[in-house]
Amino acid sequence: MIGRRISYFEASARMRLSGLVDTDSLSEFCPPEMRQTSPHLARLDAPLAFDDGVVVGRATLAGHAVLIAAQEGRFIGGSVGEVHGAKIRGLLDKALVERPAAVLLLVDSGGVRLHEANAGLIAISEIMRAVLRVQAAGIPVFALVGGSCGAFGGMGIVTRLCAEVVMSEQGRLGLSGPEVIETVKGVEEFDSRDRALVWRVTGGKLRRALGEATRLVDDLIPAFRAAAADLIARYQTHPLAPASLGTLLDEQARLTARCERFASARDGLEIWQAAAFTDASRVPELTVAEFNLQLGELA
Amino acid sequence: MKEHTIFDRLFDAGCHNVTSTGLFLHGSAQVGDRSVSVIGTRDHAAIDGQLALRIANAILQAVRADAGSVPRPILFIADTQGQALSRHEELLGLNGYFAHVARCVDLARRHGHHLLTLIHGEAVSGGFLAFGMLADRICALPDAQVRVMDLRAMSRVTKINLERLEELAGVSPVFAPGPENYWHMGGIHEIWSSDDNWPERLAAALASTTDTDGRAAIGLERGGRQLAAPTAQLVADA
Repeated sequence: MIGRRISYFEASARMRLSGLVDTDSLSEFCPPEMRQTSPHLARLDAPLAFDDGVVVGRATLAGHAVLIAAQEGRFIGGSVGEVHGAKIRGLLDKALVERPAAVLLLVDSGGVRLHEANAGLIAISEIMRAVLRVQAAGIPVFALVGGSCGAFGGMGIVTRLCAEVVMSEQGRLGLSGPEVIETVKGVEEFDSRDRALVWRVTGGKLRRALGEATRLVDDLIPAFRAAAADLIARYQTHPLAPASLGTLLDEQARLTARCERFASARDGLEIWQAAAFTDASRVPELTVAEFNLQLGELA
Repeated sequence: MKEHTIFDRLFDAGCHNVTSTGLFLHGSAQVGDRSVSVIGTRDHAAIDGQLALRIANAILQAVRADAGSVPRPILFIADTQGQALSRHEELLGLNGYFAHVARCVDLARRHGHHLLTLIHGEAVSGGFLAFGMLADRICALPDAQVRVMDLRAMSRVTKINLERLEELAGVSPVFAPGPENYWHMGGIHEIWSSDDNWPERLAAALASTTDTDGRAAIGLERGGRQLAAPTAQLVADA
């Protein structure tokens, strides 16, 4: 059991993958041996990775066929450059042909890779369109967020396009990182060194309480696997219906209500309080099981 | 150039009823014999949750209005300095609001609306991703600026000195700001000049929208993104 208690947060992309999918089921596309590296990083004398910081492949999870991408947060913050982005986009194009049970995106990224900023921005836009296209074809895409870089910038948008967002408490999800806001707007707007505050504003428990994340799991690879397996099984019996005018009008109403209800909120404590947690100030200390239980009782 | 000067040039004076509410532009216009919906932002808007909701709502209303009839094209006017930077916006999940806008754009496309973006002013980073960049076809007006981040800030983040970045910006379209660079990479389909006949260009652009994402192929053809299309193909064919 000790060997199975591997922190998802601490693990590399490849470790996460091997613990997530069925043993020996992963076959990687465009593997490191192909040395598809970024020519733009080379020109800047920046370090290269033979996989450009993302692993893409085909595998099974609890016996179901999946296509899967895992970003490596340790390589330039999991940032999306031309090759990195194209690998994810190619994987999504492939999903339209292979029709797997789901596409899994193990997001661990600060967004666009600045060294190749224009290529990265366009690549993220292409990934957004591809995710939308895959889901319009009835194939669900799941985002798994629990790495040290979280899901920020354009990858924060991509994450929220996914039918399901599985997060750990340690995972963070947003658009502009706290450091960027602090740099531009000042430390009184957002103190990026106040780790507790950062997690109350961007972390898994806040996102789950808001409904931005659909599952909150422990920071363990098997916990992410169990959630993904459970979701796949659910979509097998209740296939994904493409977004319709009706569902998007509902979402419009929900997001409008959130803006009105929390018109001046600046701290996750206010969200938890409004969600009627017994003691909002204690939410950060709750175990995932206790949190989910309280949330379930509230729903 | 102010947006109303632009509208007068684009649509022939009087052939539009686009009005602005704060930083939000909305209305309809006549292009040749077709009516188009116009949805946009102005004055280098920083896009926050409220503005994202207005954009999304306008798209949904355009889809609803044309249900059961021929879907009218939607013309997006993008002028954004990027996403609003604030703790409040992040707390509420601004990325989720932007994703909602993207879903609405996708819905409009799936319902048969042709989608065209005109960039005027600025198109920056997250604001551009959320709004404008997902259209079928993207055109930059002569004064347009397009970027992720300026070189000075980029130098701070990447820790590569500014002189080196400026030197590379001159030879590589991959990170230097500017619509020409995005054109080379397939991220912008057309750049218009002041001398062009805008109503003609607009009609031609609307006629050449396609609902598939050909940007990687265009980037390869124009030489600005040599690896995106072949790498995606490599994975798709594996």
